[in-house]
Amino acid sequence: MALNLILLVLLLVAGIWTVLTTRLVRSVVGLALVSAVVSILIFRLNSPLAAAFELSVCAGLISVIFVTTISFTQRLTAERLEERRKERLGKYWYLPVILIIFGILLVVFKPKLDFPLPQVPSEQDTRNIIWHMRHVDLLGQILIILAGVFGVVILFKEPKK
Amino acid sequence: MNLAGAQTFWYFYIAIMLLFVMGAYYIIASFNLIRVLIGLELLIKAVTLLSILTGYLTHNEGLAQALVITLIVIEVVIMVVAGGIVVCIYRNNKSLDTRKLKELKG
Amino acid sequence: MVPLFVLIPFFSIIILNLFPKKLMQHLSFVWLGFLSLAQVYLVAARPVWFWDTKLELWNLLFSFRYSVDVITLVMLLCIGIVVFISLLASRAMISDVHQRVNFKNLLLVSLIGMNATVLVTDVFSLYVFIEITAVSSYIMIAMNKDRLGLEGAFKYLILSAIATVMMLVAISLLLLLTGNTSFEAVGAGLAGAGNSLFVRVSIGLFLCGLFIKSGLVPFHGWLPDAYSAAPAPASILLAGIVTKVSGVYVLMRLAISVFGLTPSVQALLMFIGAVSIIIGAVAALTQTDFKRMLAYSSISQIGYIILGVGCGTKLALIGAVFHLFNHAIFKSLLFVNAASVEKELGTTDMDKMGGLTQRMPVTGITSVIGLLSTAGIPPLSGFWSKFIIIIALWQAGNFGYAAFALLASIITLAYFLSMQRKVFFGKLRSGLENIKESSMGLIVSQAVLAIITLVVGLIFPLVISWR
Repeated sequence: MALNLILLVLLLVAGIWTVLTTRLVRSVVGLALVSAVVSILIFRLNSPLAAAFELSVCAGLISVIFVTTISFTQRLTAERLEERRKERLGKYWYLPVILIIFGILLVVFKPKLDFPLPQVPSEQDTRNIIWHMRHVDLLGQILIILAGVFGVVILFKEPKK
Repeated sequence: MNLAGAQTFWYFYIAIMLLFVMGAYYIIASFNLIRVLIGLELLIKAVTLLSILTGYLTHNEGLAQALVITLIVIEVVIMVVAGGIVVCIYRNNKSLDTRKLKELKG
Repeated sequence: MVPLFVLIPFFSIIILNLFPKKLMQHLSFVWLGFLSLAQVYLVAARPVWFWDTKLELWNLLFSFRYSVDVITLVMLLCIGIVVFISLLASRAMISDVHQRVNFKNLLLVSLIGMNATVLVTDVFSLYVFIEITAVSSYIMIAMNKDRLGLEGAFKYLILSAIATVMMLVAISLLLLLTGNTSFEAVGAGLAGAGNSLFVRVSIGLFLCGLFIKSGLVPFHGWLPDAYSAAPAPASILLAGIVTKVSGVYVLMRLAISVFGLTPSVQALLMFIGAVSIIIGAVAALTQTDFKRMLAYSSISQIGYIILGVGCGTKLALIGAVFHLFNHAIFKSLLFVNAASVEKELGTTDMDKMGGLTQRMPVTGITSVIGLLSTAGIPPLSGFWSKFIIIIALWQAGNFGYAAFALLASIITLAYFLSMQRKVFFGKLRSGLENIKESSMGLIVSQAVLAIITLVVGLIFPLVISWR
């Protein structure tokens, strides 16, 4: 449990850094860090398969997507960056305050866990569930990847001059 | 719910809620299209963790993992499409500032 | 053989893309037309060999749990019709070969997504297919890569991603409360879980996400932008069916067969419905763009449907489903009208139009039918469904809401009449003398939709007893 607590604190720190950092690329790195911590937490919650997915796909692939998107768009010059930093300071100092207030509220007003734990399905092997019981979701996965392929074909193509 | 389960739930619950607040704040406060997407990712991270947590608490990890794997695939595709749209907007406007997207108003 | 509604389009995407593009362009037009008309036929005639045969062998490989009731059938019918119309419009409106092929691929993806959404019996699968439909519509809106389209698509993407995050939180909480995600298990589990805070939060979040998806006030910000910025065939599809399936249908399905219509859910739905009716109608009055005005009127009409669902009596639900059907038909008709005006004039600004009926008689006359049906003038189909909803509200004792709905339909009539006068009637505006009637595909689709509106209105007792 102690390790979980440390990881949760790390998660929050990484999240705050993602929001507050000035450089866009660092924000993406922060997001990858959040993803990595989330995947360790998922692993510690007895879900190794989902953890592997989260680590490889979210921490890896999504960072690649973001970095690609950023590289297609402009970089800020040094003085513009300095200007942006001041502008952001005015905008983002609220966040820690809001987080602290919200955190205190959450601790004070705990909702009651006043419901019985449900009966769960007897089948508990993820591979069996995916391959035997959730065919529809598999079809959905293939389909949405197809849609993504069409999206890439249409959107990333350079416009004609 | 038994005591150990309730304890775990509280710690995770607070962290997840704070992550939601961060994501929502980022989406609302930033004027950069890519930052809006990163805020969205923070929200989705929080949801992923919540699903796995509920699976763990109800001893239903199998189903929760199956759902989360599908969720991750969908998340990636949405981010790819969103990235494509952002790149196209940049090519048109030479800017990623949402304040310059004022042509359409609710 | 019901899973074939999903599987045949799925395999045809893969097979059609193996052909070279020139050939595929024509082949996919014919094949998609056939698929959508076959869907309309299968639902309307309901041949026993299709609905009652089980695919034994196939089920070993791929099990698809589905349920079919009247609402599902009506939705399948609407999907077939609107996809066909959108296909015809794409033929007329998109000139580039590559874009045409891309659009047809996306149309197929969206068709599968919508068909599966109305058939599945699992909360999480619902989310998956809603998202598939949504992704294909983002790409459709952004397809032309013009400034407005991209902005509309981005706005739609962000708001609808927030909606899906809400729905996912609700699904996770339902998993915590009930231990499963199928409709039956969730319904039974919720009945057993009492009135815990978690139950209320999960139902509230799910409904909130669906309000965003269906574009109800106060979550309607994305809808006019997306509708007006999308290329014409995509806006027909979006306005005609996509938001109805991924928002309104899912809301109906969950409210009726999963969550149950508790008094608080009913009160929420009726309130949101009434607010949407009035805000949509008032906002439509002030628009100068043809498509934006139609979009706001769409918000107002969806408000009627939600009001009917919220009322919850049997009559009200019949009225709501009937209005859903009618709305899919006449809203696509009006968007086809907008498309043909846009094609000939190159603009959708109403201030630049006037007296178009003299030059475009079919467009002018069919638009009158669509508008009067929307405003609820007898004997057109829109009158009957609104009438049923209002009667049901009155019977259930919601006199305030009934009077309100009646009043709002007068505002609807007002903005449509003012628009009619501006665009289609009156003196022909100078500079428009050389305008011709638009191409054959659009004329045919306008005529078909107008005839459906008329005929359904005239034989409505038969339609109501259709099971």
